[in-house]
Amino acid sequence: MTDAAKIGMRTAQPADWLGMARRYGAWLLLAAAFAVLPKIFASGTAHTMMSLMGIMIVFALSYNMLLGETGLLSFGHAVYYGLGGFLAVHAMNTVARDALPVPVFLIPLVGGFSGLLFGIVFGSVSTRRGGTAFAMISLGLGELVASSSLILRSFFGGEEGFSTNRTKLFRVFDLSFGPQLQVYYLIAAWCLICMVAMYALTRTPFGRMCNAVRDNPERAQFVGYNPYMVRFIAFCLAGLFAGIAGGPAAINFELVNASVVAAQSGTVLLAAYVGGIGNFIGPVIGAILVTYLQVMLSDVTEIWQLYFGLLFIGMVMFAPGGIAGLIFMHEPLWHAGAYRALFGRLIPAYLLALIPGLMALVGLILVIEMTFRLMVKASEGTRMSFFGVPLDAAGAAAWIAAAVMLVGGFYLFRRTWPFVADAWQHAHGEMQRARRSAA
Amino acid sequence: MLELVIISTLNGVLYGMLLFLMASGLTLIFSMMGVLNFAHASFYMLGAFFGFQISQWLGFWPAFVVAPVLVGAIGALVERYGLRNVHRHGHVAELLFTFGLAFVIEEVVQMIWGKVPVDYRVPPSLDFSAFTVFTTTYPAYKMFELLTAIAIFAVLLAVLTKTRVGLIIQAALTHPNMVAMLGHNVPRVFMLVFGVGTGLAAVAGVIAGPAFVTQSNMAAVLGPILFVVIVVGGLGSLSGAFVASLLIGLVQTFAVSVNYSVSDLFAGIGFSPASGTILHDLWEVTLAQIAPIIPYLMLVLILIFRPTGLLGKRET
Repeated sequence: MTDAAKIGMRTAQPADWLGMARRYGAWLLLAAAFAVLPKIFASGTAHTMMSLMGIMIVFALSYNMLLGETGLLSFGHAVYYGLGGFLAVHAMNTVARDALPVPVFLIPLVGGFSGLLFGIVFGSVSTRRGGTAFAMISLGLGELVASSSLILRSFFGGEEGFSTNRTKLFRVFDLSFGPQLQVYYLIAAWCLICMVAMYALTRTPFGRMCNAVRDNPERAQFVGYNPYMVRFIAFCLAGLFAGIAGGPAAINFELVNASVVAAQSGTVLLAAYVGGIGNFIGPVIGAILVTYLQVMLSDVTEIWQLYFGLLFIGMVMFAPGGIAGLIFMHEPLWHAGAYRALFGRLIPAYLLALIPGLMALVGLILVIEMTFRLMVKASEGTRMSFFGVPLDAAGAAAWIAAAVMLVGGFYLFRRTWPFVADAWQHAHGEMQRARRSAA
Repeated sequence: MLELVIISTLNGVLYGMLLFLMASGLTLIFSMMGVLNFAHASFYMLGAFFGFQISQWLGFWPAFVVAPVLVGAIGALVERYGLRNVHRHGHVAELLFTFGLAFVIEEVVQMIWGKVPVDYRVPPSLDFSAFTVFTTTYPAYKMFELLTAIAIFAVLLAVLTKTRVGLIIQAALTHPNMVAMLGHNVPRVFMLVFGVGTGLAAVAGVIAGPAFVTQSNMAAVLGPILFVVIVVGGLGSLSGAFVASLLIGLVQTFAVSVNYSVSDLFAGIGFSPASGTILHDLWEVTLAQIAPIIPYLMLVLILIFRPTGLLGKRET
């Protein structure tokens, strides 16, 4: 958001319709999109996937309250998501057994409450220090909870976990929540509420203090805030929202399992970071992308997690701002009105670099897939299909093609860099001129 | 009872020394570069798999030498072309880079050797029993592991305290800028330490592989324990890492061999909580069952009550 827009927001009066539209328009659009999306993507698979995305968006945003907003790198955030899920399942089973008048759409509150409770307990011991110490304690606590799940069987249900039935709960408006579409709307509603709440939180003075503690805890202390307290509150709130995410997950899967949940600590870190931890929208992009890849890529290739890891390393090395960071890099150009340079020079330059880049990428994927076929899947023969193209993994032709694409593509990609850098310079020059003439 | 104590002590010391082989590199890398190498246990795993593969081709002894060198070289390359580039993005990015690397190494190992354990065996030349304690025979291979670990520990200590390279490394731990001013190539020292550290982890992998299970999840199982070791010992403290390695090795080995629970203590009184409750779970759990979580309990307690670790000087 630019300075002008920020000022516009602050001075907006309640009666100022333009200001209202500017302030709430994006959220109304989002709510409309949530309502319409299942009509556009009407298949059952799409509904399931969008439900998963909704859960992941809340979870990734709650993670970013720690990593992005407060600078706390957690390796055990799934603890609160998982405990929220477990307590939600227990609550659902109790409600169903005793026929309590609690509808299923209030169950996420149980998850959120338990996330908050465990956030308070574990946060009080782990947020005294930030940085590496916090990362270590979060890892230790995560392992502690994960391994105690095998001991406390009556709560965690051992290796099988616990199952429940969402349709057996108290019904309001005759909603059974049997069909996936109803579950989707439940998740979408909670997702929207949580997104609004978490965004609003970043705009409060507390949100600003979180940023201050992230950037310079010592100076935050001089201003009169206790960094420990700020971290602690942020941690508890992150636990709350992670717990809320665990509730819809329990409703969606009707099953919780400790070992499945434990793996989510890494997934949520990947999702938030790949999307971009510097922007509010980043983890949302990451959650959508990671869920999509998890569902779609695992159908296409067995070693999808390797591509996942490579994507993550690539992001850490070359684009630490994540996808959102890459997009918002261009925001100043857009706002200065340097459209001609943006669309006339910069984007064509990107497209020019994209062609050999994609070629190198396809070469790399081909090398990995053929290696996988030869090393692990040798019993299935060397004939394989790659993007619909039949080839022989043992033959020289395929390897030569892969090597040419990889090396040649990379070489050409490097050759196109000067064009991109040139276009970038040009666009910035035009931006400065536009700013000067505006002043 | 005495037999159990002797055998458990030997096994505990052995496990502790293996942990130290890895923890020493990890703690040196941390104190030098401020990077907690998440992928350190992955290099241990690479060591085990390289050891397996090379011993298939050339036999165990060549593998014992070649595998650690190869892994050390990979480690040095990772430092030179990966970590050094990420360094400018800050410590969090470095930590995340090693986190991603651990992920990728596990996937690559699965891709090449599959998910099931490989058949990595004790070499025939060491496959006999060294001595007998009462009724239990103790395998020679375990003595070999123990001696190797102790020998490497001695060499490491001598190199660090007695040689010129060791002095430069020690100086670069605390005053990297000053060392650079004096004309030493500090980045190259970093690369060296990273390579040697990962190489040591690989030595542990090569010798531990036949004794434990060589499988693609071995890094994920051991990695968190390594962090416990270096935090409990005190980040950056080599002697602390040594003490903590032995401590955790002994505690875990003894815990798995003790089959008592709280209910045994109270068996005489005849009190027992109703089954199906959490209290009943806690009541019936044996010490052997909670052995896996003891290190993490130690970690959390240490970080709460003594954040510098047992022998460390700096706050984590």
